[in-house]
Amino acid sequence: MSAQAGHGAAVRIDACGKTFADGTRALEPATLDIARGETLVLLGPSGCGKTTMLRIIAGLELPDAGGRVLFDGKDMTPVPIERRNVGMVFQSYALFPNMTVSDNIGYGLKIRGVPSKERAERVAELVALTNISGLENRRINQLSGGQRQRVALARAVAIRPGILLLDEPLTALDAALRDRLRGELNRLLRALGITTIYVTHDQSEAMELGDRVVVMQKGAIAQIGTPREIYFTPRSRFVAEFIGAANIVEATIEDRHLVLPGGRQPIHCDVDMPAVVAMIRPETIRVTSTGSASLSGTIDSISFIGDRQRLVVSGASNRLLTVDAPNTLRTRPGERIGLSISPDAVRLLPPES
Amino acid sequence: MSHRSFVWLCLLPLAVVTAAFFLLPMARLVVTGAGGPQGLAGYLAILTEPRYRATLINTVLLAAATTIVTLIVATIAGMFLQRHRFPGRAVLIAMLTFPLAFPGVVVGFMIILLAGRQGLIGDFSNRLFGEKLVFAYSIYGLFLGYLYFSIPRVILTIMAAVQKLDAGLEEAARSLGAGPWAVQRDVVLPALAPAFVASGAIAFATAMGAFGTAFTLATNIDVLPMLIYTEFTLAANLSTSAALSVGLGIITWFILALARSFSGSAVAAAG
Repeated sequence: MSAQAGHGAAVRIDACGKTFADGTRALEPATLDIARGETLVLLGPSGCGKTTMLRIIAGLELPDAGGRVLFDGKDMTPVPIERRNVGMVFQSYALFPNMTVSDNIGYGLKIRGVPSKERAERVAELVALTNISGLENRRINQLSGGQRQRVALARAVAIRPGILLLDEPLTALDAALRDRLRGELNRLLRALGITTIYVTHDQSEAMELGDRVVVMQKGAIAQIGTPREIYFTPRSRFVAEFIGAANIVEATIEDRHLVLPGGRQPIHCDVDMPAVVAMIRPETIRVTSTGSASLSGTIDSISFIGDRQRLVVSGASNRLLTVDAPNTLRTRPGERIGLSISPDAVRLLPPES
Repeated sequence: MSHRSFVWLCLLPLAVVTAAFFLLPMARLVVTGAGGPQGLAGYLAILTEPRYRATLINTVLLAAATTIVTLIVATIAGMFLQRHRFPGRAVLIAMLTFPLAFPGVVVGFMIILLAGRQGLIGDFSNRLFGEKLVFAYSIYGLFLGYLYFSIPRVILTIMAAVQKLDAGLEEAARSLGAGPWAVQRDVVLPALAPAFVASGAIAFATAMGAFGTAFTLATNIDVLPMLIYTEFTLAANLSTSAALSVGLGIITWFILALARSFSGSAVAAAG
């Protein structure tokens, strides 16, 4: 068991859909492979089916007829969660209020009949790993949110699960703590090297933690890819707008140029098209003098963010264009500026989206 | 008139009612209890006099048994009713809580109809075994009556507590490998402990002091309220019945306090 624990199990979700008793379709039949040791993030707005998919993998929900869940090639669909050997962290943490921190962490081992001496050793190991030394005998209601999160993780990992499932584990925390714990969680998951499925609605969490990210929309998979792939080459407008900030412009293509109200932007496309939708990330747009640039526009407003400033530019495209400029750039609203964009940074999206 | 004196004025009715209907009768009861030939020692009679002591033990055992069985029945039923939706559920809940509307006399009457000399159970056992099973006029009949009386009070509290249970707790326990029994033992029942204490206390106190049911069933059942009644009306032993009344109050209060402190850690933990 311990030999396998370092890597966990490979997961295959085969045509798993979910229709609830009242007829709502929570998840369209989806097929997905998760490699041994991989961290896969299910990302999407609320109601996109990401939690349903996680619960199907966990064994808390049954997929509709025809759907199968396989761990290391073994069909686990009829196996209840208590025999799937999965570690799960809940959004509410679901720590047992009638037990101390140690008892919480050791609960899965106790159920498995692990002798108390061995159990204590494993608990101590996890207490050290998750940085909660000194809290072992505390009650759950004496812990802060961040401490609860660590206990929940330690408890899930203690049983050396084949798969670790995390359902929005950082959502209940305040922003500053969330950022700090995200980094910590990332290191911990890398160190454990266990197959992990992580559900979140926060795209920055998904980017930082995921080997691959599954973007979901309305119960269906919109795109699967590495964080870089989904960021740089989104396959739909939904993905482009959900991941990071994106300018979506509508234009025509003429002679390898995007024809916009503010000028002609060179792109990599040989075919002339009357109506296209293109995505341009704010940080790929460079502010230059009006003379040398292919595009120009007028600054509408400026928000100083600290590490950069965000300009909203009108007149360049058919709608307002967001531009991330260096924080040292001296400029003010009303000023006319030139915009320079590399052809590589313009991504054409399918028109229907 | 200042705000402060206005507030005091508003408290006046409460003070009057408290004094007239609570403090004065209690004080009078305590004084009467000590007014017998034995004086203050009259209070100890509830423990020293063998007949009184036997009655006390009987009453406590009956109340404890009522509380335990009520909790078991109400927990299983309450959990099922809260977690399942089925046709007739609302009607069933209404029926289960119906006894709240009955005074003890009616409950006693129902027990007689069920297990009395002309009762349903006797009739049934007569046809089946040729022997009439009659237990309405004994402590067993009283036990059944109290059970009927207590279940609705407890079941409503349990249902409310079950509704508030975090479903995640059970799922977490299952994910860690706990089977259905272990989930109940380690997660659900501890989380319901405060509801058990609160509703169990009500069931216990009711069973200690209820009189109507006992009086309807028989006058010779050995429970404290009946003893107080017979001492008072038949023996006209005013001081003894007062002392027994105070004793009944103190003992009930003491046992409830004990239960509360005993489960205190569990209650605090679940909060």
